Amino acid sequence: MIRRSLMAISTFALTAVLTAASVLAFQPPAGQSEFVPARDLPPSESIPAAPLLVTAYAFIWVAAIFYLWTIWRRLNKVEADIRSLDQKTRSAR
Amino acid sequence: MPMLVVAAAMFAYAPVMIAHADYESSMGLVSKILYFHAPSGMVMLLSAMVCGIASAIYLWRQDRRADRVAIAAAELTALFGLIVIVTGPLWARKAWGIWWDWEARLTMSFVGWLIALSYLFVRKYAGAGSEKMAAALAVFGSFNVPFIYVSVNVWRTLHPKTTVVPTLPPGMRGPFWYCALTLFLLYLLLLTARVHLERQRAALDDLYLAQGD
Amino acid sequence: MFFRVALLVLRKDFTIEVKSREILYTTLLFAISCVLVFSIAFVREGEPLEDAAAGILWIAIEFAGTLALGRAFERERYGETLRALLLAPVPRAAIYVGKMLGILVLLFVAELLLVPLVAILFRASLFAQPALLAALLAFGTVGFAAVGVLFAAMLVRARSRDVMLPILLYPMTIPVMIAGVRATVALLQSPPDTPTVTMWISILGAFDVVFVTLSLWTFEPVMTE
Repeated sequence: MIRRSLMAISTFALTAVLTAASVLAFQPPAGQSEFVPARDLPPSESIPAAPLLVTAYAFIWVAAIFYLWTIWRRLNKVEADIRSLDQKTRSAR
Repeated sequence: MPMLVVAAAMFAYAPVMIAHADYESSMGLVSKILYFHAPSGMVMLLSAMVCGIASAIYLWRQDRRADRVAIAAAELTALFGLIVIVTGPLWARKAWGIWWDWEARLTMSFVGWLIALSYLFVRKYAGAGSEKMAAALAVFGSFNVPFIYVSVNVWRTLHPKTTVVPTLPPGMRGPFWYCALTLFLLYLLLLTARVHLERQRAALDDLYLAQGD
Repeated sequence: MFFRVALLVLRKDFTIEVKSREILYTTLLFAISCVLVFSIAFVREGEPLEDAAAGILWIAIEFAGTLALGRAFERERYGETLRALLLAPVPRAAIYVGKMLGILVLLFVAELLLVPLVAILFRASLFAQPALLAALLAFGTVGFAAVGVLFAAMLVRARSRDVMLPILLYPMTIPVMIAGVRATVALLQSPPDTPTVTMWISILGAFDVVFVTLSLWTFEPVMTE
């Protein structure tokens, strides 16, 4: 057990070192670390943002509600089955 | 009962989403997608880790409760992953001019989403013993998560780096973390509801088995 | 003890295979047909698309590998030998290593055929740096085989296992494929972009370590009924 843990730890250390070494050896030019907005675009170059934002927001709602509805549906089916099974065992006694 | 809690939380969640959209931000309208895209991403990664850890517990200790949490977490990884994959391109279309790019984070997030889908696929169609197979899949998938998180810092690409979030200007910090909290609460409540469904299914199976006597 | 068992499993598979050579020949023929189809499909003005060589090589390895995995474990299932293996009082991980070595040997033989074929059909200078190419193929194939053997073994008793293996395997091996293709593309530049190749090879090495470790850990609980 201890041997396995030691093996596991050394494996992950090896993985980390290998990945870090290879990645550090190949550093691309530094990117921006903060969000820098693009300003002063002429209106012809921009796509209207509002429909994108609204679509994104609406999608989250639709997805969450849809998922809740599927849980609701499956739960109802299972509970109906439980009830009918309960009834059957009760009447069989 | 759990469903009422979920419904209540959802209603609490809605005005928040509308309110934050009116907060001052200097980024232009479409960047407000940040408020739900990034937190959804965080929730998706969290869910993948939860699934992986629960699957590991199930594999090594045969704890059925862990298996229930695993399948719930897998479904939620797929759900929040879908949200990320849809809201991301909607933002990207305006911000970068393209819908998609095959760069490290996007590709690996998509792969993570595919792994969640294949987990659900295996659970549904692989027949007996599918819980263990899917669990092995989830353990592998959870190793994807740190890679996705770190990839955007290592490879200079279109996607903003993780340092953006800690350095948000004060006007945006509030709404961002509020949204993150509400999405996290939504996640917890959906997870509870889904685990409740699995528990009921297990109870039904026990009833069937008991009836066989 | 561990490696003795692994080598025993390898020898068992090898002995069975040498008799009929069924999996070897079918895999090789499939790999060749795959490359031929690609060379006909990826054509521009009657000439093969030279930039496609890297991708096609790795796709052919992946497809042929998936087929070989399926066939190898189908043979185990048919002979019901998997249960016998699992009942043996040996560490399960050794069985995994043995099967993986078998698949590795098979895939290396396939690659011996595929690399010259792709080089010829797509006029790719794959042999500019043979040592790097060999290392690249070795690491990539190990990564693919590590995950492949685990999944194929666990799917042996599943329904619709034939279609399930690609569905599970391909997303999981995408990192290996990406690394392999990117390294091969760098290798095919003139002159070969050696620093990039070595970077991707070390990333592949990292993937291999993670995948093999994970597979060794999960093989035992997954194969228990």
